[in-house]
Amino acid sequence: MTLKTLLNETHRALGAKMVDFGGWDMPIHYGSQIDEHHLVRRAAGMFDVSHMTVVDLKGARTREFLRQLLANSIDKLKVAGKALYSCMLNAEGGVIDDLIVYFLADDFFRMVVNASTREKDLAWIRQHAAAFGVEVVEREDLAIVAVQGPQARALVAGLVADADRAALDRLGRFAALDVTSVDGVPLFVARTGYTGEDGYEVLLPQTAVVAFWNALLAAGVKPAGLGARDTLRLEAGMNLYGQDMDESVSPYEAALAWTVALDEGRDFIGRGVLEAQKAAGNARQMIGLVMDEKGVLRHGQKVLTANGEGEILSGTFSPTLGKAIAFARVPAGDIPLGAAGNVRVDIRGKEVPVRVVKFPFVRDGQAQPGIDA
Amino acid sequence: MSEIPGDLKFLKSHEWARVEGNGRVTVGISDHAQGLLGDLVYVELPGVGDTVQAGNAAAVVESVKAASDVYSPVSGTVVEVNEALADKPETINEDAYGEGWLFVVEMSEPEQVNELLGPDDYAELLENDDH
Repeated sequence: MTLKTLLNETHRALGAKMVDFGGWDMPIHYGSQIDEHHLVRRAAGMFDVSHMTVVDLKGARTREFLRQLLANSIDKLKVAGKALYSCMLNAEGGVIDDLIVYFLADDFFRMVVNASTREKDLAWIRQHAAAFGVEVVEREDLAIVAVQGPQARALVAGLVADADRAALDRLGRFAALDVTSVDGVPLFVARTGYTGEDGYEVLLPQTAVVAFWNALLAAGVKPAGLGARDTLRLEAGMNLYGQDMDESVSPYEAALAWTVALDEGRDFIGRGVLEAQKAAGNARQMIGLVMDEKGVLRHGQKVLTANGEGEILSGTFSPTLGKAIAFARVPAGDIPLGAAGNVRVDIRGKEVPVRVVKFPFVRDGQAQPGIDA
Repeated sequence: MSEIPGDLKFLKSHEWARVEGNGRVTVGISDHAQGLLGDLVYVELPGVGDTVQAGNAAAVVESVKAASDVYSPVSGTVVEVNEALADKPETINEDAYGEGWLFVVEMSEPEQVNELLGPDDYAELLENDDH
């Protein structure tokens, strides 16, 4: 079965090339993936990400439930509207999914999880929510449009009712606000994204999404496909579930240690395994690579290091840098940055040298220090 | 989609061949193929003097999303490659049947061109692919 978002016909009318994306018929590009990538870095672009899953959690003990469910600490969220990125782990410390959770009220949190993991996520969440009396409601009635790029916020502001515009303008990064559109449609606007640019992810009723998309189009926001979204997020140093981590990988092995909070006395699922891994110090590691030679780094290519072999996870041609970039998972052990790391990638039988770099590779339109050579 | 030039022959795997009349064949990928691949970012060409076999991989084209082998439509020796593609692989997207050519083969078995698809057969193949 192929699933379609309500914007499916709109994408086709805009000339999109459609591909299967985890069972969803989604636009990969509308002509040129590279042009769409640059548009988001330099101006603004919009993505239909309605295939993603919105889950509302309600009940007096929701925060207590999330303390157990998530590897990051929900108690970092002290002000209503604030958001947190976290992994949800299984008992073995493997990543079931990565997600964003919003604190909306003491008895109301909202999570946005991946499309490809929808069913197992919902089953896992429901299984553990029961003990806390937390109600789990999948919001299939909501669509999501991400508007990203340096001009994105200004362009969205034009579609928001006058009374809400000032408050939206003050909205901080990684926080969300309920506003009303000029057409009276309720919008849940989050200053989040998956591109490394400023912008919003807008959750709104499915019934209003086509009109909202067309209003953005009329305001000058061009559509961008999931192809550009992938190169943008990799440049931004963001993981893709299923490619960079899955249930056989702990957050420590996916460069997500910064999302794990080993705060005192919080017994979250998977914690024991993570603590053991940390104590042993032998976890595999995820590193960033840049290739100065021509060619493209791709998923599955063999990576050779002084500590043993690994493989490319996400790899692509970076339109911003004009060269290939990648994440790779390699054995534990220090690797010097730069060419000194002596890391090589096997490309069609040829060992090609790559540089080890810190990521993000690109942030707010700019190559980060040490990336470009 | 641009028109398929009438003087070209094709492989089912979307390579085109233009018989130049001096025992040489110019090879590229079809406009349909470049559309499937999307924005091309890298081309790995054979070396001048390399021997290529009909139906074997002779070059690699890579787009942002995928790498694809390019099969030589005929056997022979590579006598020329399109060096300009190294800096401008997007030329293939812009002009697959013209400036986006990949390499020229001096044929060792000229009768092989008779086994290639004509433009109408190739067009029909694409038509059937769409259903």
